[in-house]
Amino acid sequence: MQKDQGSSAPSTPTNGRVRHRRRSNEFPVEMSRTNGNHLLANDHNKYRSMWIRACSSLWMLGGFLLILYLGHLYIWAMVVIIQIFMARELFNLLRKAHEDKRLPGFRILNWHFYFTAMLFVYGRIFSHGLVNTVTSDKFFYRLVSRLIKYQMVICYFLYIAGFMWFILTLKKKMYKYQFGQFAWTHMILIVVFTQSAFTVANIFEGIFWFLLPASLIAVNDVAAYFFGFFFGKTPLIKLSPKKTWEGFIGASVATMISAFVLANVFGHFQWLTCPRKDLSTGWLHCDPDPLFKPEYYPLPVWISQRLSWKEIAILPVQWHALWLGLFASIIAPFGGFFASGFKRAFKIKDFGDSIPGHGGFTDRMDCQMVMAVFAYIYHQSFVVPQDYTVEMIINEILSSLTLEEQQILYTKLGQILQERMLGLY
Amino acid sequence: MQRENNTALSSAATSRLRHRKQSNEVIPDPSKANGGNLLVDDHNKYKSMWIRAYSTVWMIGGFALIVYMGHLYITAMVVVIQIFMAKELLNLLRKAHEDRSLPGFRLLNWHFFFTAMLFVYGRLLSQPLVNSVTSDKFLYQFVSSHIKYHMAICYFFYIAGFMWFILTLKKKMYKYQFGQYAWTHMILIVVFTQSSFTVANIFEGIFWFLLPASLIIINDIFAYIIGFFFGRTPLIKLSPKKTWEGFIGASVTTIISAFALANVLGRFQWLTCPRKDLSTGWLQCDPGPLFRPEYYTLPGWIHQWFLWKEISILPVQWHALCLGLFASIIAPFGGFFASGFKRAFKIKDFGDSIPGHGGITDRMDCQMVMAVFAYIYHQSFVVREGISVEIILDQILTNLTFEEQQTLLIKLGQILQERLGHS
Repeated sequence: MQKDQGSSAPSTPTNGRVRHRRRSNEFPVEMSRTNGNHLLANDHNKYRSMWIRACSSLWMLGGFLLILYLGHLYIWAMVVIIQIFMARELFNLLRKAHEDKRLPGFRILNWHFYFTAMLFVYGRIFSHGLVNTVTSDKFFYRLVSRLIKYQMVICYFLYIAGFMWFILTLKKKMYKYQFGQFAWTHMILIVVFTQSAFTVANIFEGIFWFLLPASLIAVNDVAAYFFGFFFGKTPLIKLSPKKTWEGFIGASVATMISAFVLANVFGHFQWLTCPRKDLSTGWLHCDPDPLFKPEYYPLPVWISQRLSWKEIAILPVQWHALWLGLFASIIAPFGGFFASGFKRAFKIKDFGDSIPGHGGFTDRMDCQMVMAVFAYIYHQSFVVPQDYTVEMIINEILSSLTLEEQQILYTKLGQILQERMLGLY
Repeated sequence: MQRENNTALSSAATSRLRHRKQSNEVIPDPSKANGGNLLVDDHNKYKSMWIRAYSTVWMIGGFALIVYMGHLYITAMVVVIQIFMAKELLNLLRKAHEDRSLPGFRLLNWHFFFTAMLFVYGRLLSQPLVNSVTSDKFLYQFVSSHIKYHMAICYFFYIAGFMWFILTLKKKMYKYQFGQYAWTHMILIVVFTQSSFTVANIFEGIFWFLLPASLIIINDIFAYIIGFFFGRTPLIKLSPKKTWEGFIGASVTTIISAFALANVLGRFQWLTCPRKDLSTGWLQCDPGPLFRPEYYTLPGWIHQWFLWKEISILPVQWHALCLGLFASIIAPFGGFFASGFKRAFKIKDFGDSIPGHGGITDRMDCQMVMAVFAYIYHQSFVVREGISVEIILDQILTNLTFEEQQTLLIKLGQILQERLGHS
């Protein structure tokens, strides 16, 4: 840590230990000096700061495990809360207090767009889930399905209303500021909602696909910190002067190994591997995907003689986890570099101060965001079996047709397929 | 017109042939207040109107030719317009001085443009592409396997660009580079959203592209003409030449012409049939209930005057009224946004591709807002009405393989059994 921070840093984290959230042990960004003197291996206060960080990480980990235990909906709620805090931090970031005094109601416009984005993104994700949840109340069910049908139009009109409101409140001499804020709002919402939409989609495919990538990022950060702590000598990149090549490479190896191991551990829990098709919160049972069924490989003779293990059980998902680990160690740190570069460009120290001693939520979530998007795309491209189109058409059938029409469709399709089969043979 | 635009008039006359899609929107005047510059008070207005009318005729002719040639050519035209718009907008906020110290930065913009193009058109055209190559088994498998990994491919291109951006960050240029990066993203999102919706509309039937575009043009032309003759009260400070009389007159005209135009356009199968693949030949189809005329008997007094017993109305005309309402009331806000943007950044026009009228973005600003609305309206209100057992059955039989159809049947059976068990 820098010397001018040394006096203030230890006191605030102890007061705020209980309030620490998801945090990685990423080095704080140095604003004014170059490398050399400030590598962590040379710092005398480092042991105290490490202890404080370790304490907060444990608290955070505990809280996170509790929410995991509670289930999919609660994890989603946690994601939404983190998202609101991130958006608030980022909205406040480039605002100038002087101009804002002359533009009443401009902040509300930001939250209007936020609400519209929320409705759009989560409406789409949950429209499938809501369709599958059979409710006893007929009126409510019809109201909800009607809203889902017109969800896109509703969101579009809310957006257009915000757009028109923006144009009608343009004030002379404030045009540039207002347009800048408008663009900034759009960029923030896109970044925040893309990653959270993908995160939530992953959660409902099975908590495994949310937990494993998030853990890998945390493991990567912790391992990079420790390797840099003990061995760090060569600086990695000018943007983040405290990162070192030793830390980077050591963390990459550690991440890949732990990806392989963690996938095995997580893959044994049905709570984590089963997809959730509706919005209930009860216990989950499902027929485990072939990815999570162990395959047995006989070990070479010299290992079995020494350790008396004849064969080793590997879940096929562990090979996928290796790819996730590779991405988490090589490419996800670029999210952190981007955030560091951004802070230097706009001469800000941290994105916010929600987490005392560690900046704001965005500071902690930067690598997670890049990883969440990759995890979703990887899952959709390489893990999901390709009856995606079948799912789409089934959803369309369930949402657009009445029960009688669905039955008619079923019988007709059955007849046609039977005719085809008879015709083929 | 302003005196400084007289030179623009002569250059407009020489380059008449090069005018593209052009609306007769009045040029906003950033430097003076209202009052003195309304078109009604201008003496050179007749000459400028003649030149604009001439160019508009050429443009409409070219456009009609492309519509005649078909869906693929219209898509190609949209893509070309899009490339020009992106080029204008990307050049707009660039500063030449900084750019000299950043070699390769322009290339990054085009990398992101290419990635966006691959992503958007890959998604849009994947289904028609698959339908086009079903005859050749090898090509079909090749195309299908690439479509499966399409999202992953585009994502890796994007991540490559992202990493390239971070590795080329230069000290003291950070703010400029981040600004350019954000600007690139905003441009690509705006340009590609509207063009992807436009192309999606085209493949649903040229009608759903032609009608909204025509309504915007009609709205602009009539706002100009009515403002020309009757304009007195200024409309909005952002665009001092627009008037309330022009606005209201154009709204009425647009709604009426929406109703009439939908009737005229709805009678051509070339315009109303959807295109399921990428062929360019003639289209035959069952137009669907929206385009079948319904006959309403007229009240007695009209019958006595005009000798028309009944009037045939296509149900799509009612939808066209909603499109016309949007085109006249809300789409002009796209123009206001562009005007405000130009004032904010103190630029006169987005570019100079179209001499005398600025760049392509100047002409496309209202069209963009309309294209998005037309797509959303179509998806929500038009397609929904048409969904029936036959249509979904048809979708299943054409889009899925035999094994997928069987899978669907089994899954559907399970879900129906559960539902019947619950109720």
